[in-house]
Amino acid sequence: MRRPRSLIPLFFLLPALILLVPFVIYPVLKTIYLSFFLEGKFVGLANYKHVLLSSDIINLDRFPTKSPPWGSLINNVIFIAIHLPSTIFLGLGLALLLKREEVKGSSLIKSIIFLGMVIPMIVGGLITRFLFEKGAGVVPSILGALGIKSLDITWTAFPQTALFAVILGSIWIWTGFSMLMYSAGLASIPRDYYEAALIDGASRFQIFRNVTWPLLKPITIVVVAMTLLWDLKIFDVVYVATGGGPGGASMVLALQMWDYFARELNYNYAAVVAVLLTTLTLIPAMWLIRRRE
Amino acid sequence: MGIPRYKLKRYVISNTIAWIAGIVWLIPFLGVLMASVRPYDQIVGGWWHLHPFTLTIKNYIDAFNHPMFPIGVGLRNSLIIAVPGAIIPLIVASLAAYAFARYSFPVKNYLFAFIILLMALPQQMTVVPLYFLLRNMHLLNTFRGLILVHSAWGLAWITFFMRNYFSMLPTDVEEAARIDGASDVKIFYKIVLPMALPGLISAAILQFTWVWSDFFLALVFLQDPSKYVATQRLPLLRGQYYVNWGVLTAASILVMIVPLLVYALFQKYYISGMIGWSTEK
Repeated sequence: MRRPRSLIPLFFLLPALILLVPFVIYPVLKTIYLSFFLEGKFVGLANYKHVLLSSDIINLDRFPTKSPPWGSLINNVIFIAIHLPSTIFLGLGLALLLKREEVKGSSLIKSIIFLGMVIPMIVGGLITRFLFEKGAGVVPSILGALGIKSLDITWTAFPQTALFAVILGSIWIWTGFSMLMYSAGLASIPRDYYEAALIDGASRFQIFRNVTWPLLKPITIVVVAMTLLWDLKIFDVVYVATGGGPGGASMVLALQMWDYFARELNYNYAAVVAVLLTTLTLIPAMWLIRRRE
Repeated sequence: MGIPRYKLKRYVISNTIAWIAGIVWLIPFLGVLMASVRPYDQIVGGWWHLHPFTLTIKNYIDAFNHPMFPIGVGLRNSLIIAVPGAIIPLIVASLAAYAFARYSFPVKNYLFAFIILLMALPQQMTVVPLYFLLRNMHLLNTFRGLILVHSAWGLAWITFFMRNYFSMLPTDVEEAARIDGASDVKIFYKIVLPMALPGLISAAILQFTWVWSDFFLALVFLQDPSKYVATQRLPLLRGQYYVNWGVLTAASILVMIVPLLVYALFQKYYISGMIGWSTEK
């Protein structure tokens, strides 16, 4: 580090600040401000009370005993509860499997699985819808052929299945990320560690538990945090696969915000949902920041 | 046989599971491809039925000649936005990243933590005020407005990524140039930027594909149908009386072919970008 008191760092930072202040920082503050107003009048926490207690966000009249809609916050939580562990374990399992020397064409398989991360999410959502369409889609047809007639339907058109179609499609899209991260992590573990463990007579499972898994912990933290952020912000996939429907059955917070903003033209409620969503993303974000210290 | 039995068993099991996974992940793409090159009546009952099998490019022609939202115009609009939307933040963020990598200044650590916070920020948190700001600046419904928003959004992650990259570069050449009397700016663009070229390529192609793939910001800031980008047109092609999967899948392929080509051509940079963006060296 040099010339600590000079203005040179400011010169390097200035263009970034000129773009960030009007197009990111000011709008964030203004959104917080808007969330306390309604029709131009300061209303304190009334917007928060209204939105958070509305059945759009948490519908306790229907959750968990009756069929959806259960509310967008609950849908986000269900999404995370299924999507996060599925993609982590699938990604880790595939990385471990495809690292094995005996697997032929492992880099081709890796590329195929990673394609979900390369394509635009709006295309991923459209493919999800196609996959779960009765007649034209693979999933209902296979389930129908297996005799499960109740699932030989267009999943995106029914409240009981719409959210799960979106979640399964998102697992297809996102598994490539954790697979890639874990593959990179596994490649960085020195071979001697395994050889030493083998000489000591450790079993495969013991090696995984005591060598591989602890060494992958930094990767796991990043993958979990990034997946949480992706899950919380999910928008494109839901927008095109189900539109949040039917009847709000697959509505998520990011789409709920758009609904208040563009359909109901209620900027203040939209701001409340945005603040709520941002608050939730702070949890994984703070996690990533603290890891640096 | 030369291979011991237990090894053969392991070989068969590993390869079977790996290839089943590969095929499961490939099937959705295969379906899209099949649906895009066959007539509607051959795919509505399942694209995996191969009799009869008619090859046609009608779906692609229909996607280009769509009466309301021709996909070709969308591809052009996406390109007009994604190229500057990648170059501008790359330049600006590289400058900022260099300040973080090589200088010490007050509040540096707080400012860098703030950059990470911005990486996590949902776009929903900014669009309402941005909508009115752009409207007042007469930038709503313009490519310039959307390019500016994308540039600002790209800054956080590119700054983070390039700071990590600059931090890994050796500093001895820079020190030698400084002793020879070179200015900080000259050192930056004559020495540091050329050395950081692989990192710059990674950042540029990732930012390009993300701007290309963006849907939400375009949805908010472009409302004139002739200005719609490719991703925005896609959901609008579904057809009026039935879901026209032929046109939808043909257009999907046209929209995703660009990021797929970028990935295929720059695979090494793409992967190292993905890994370097989300982890810290």
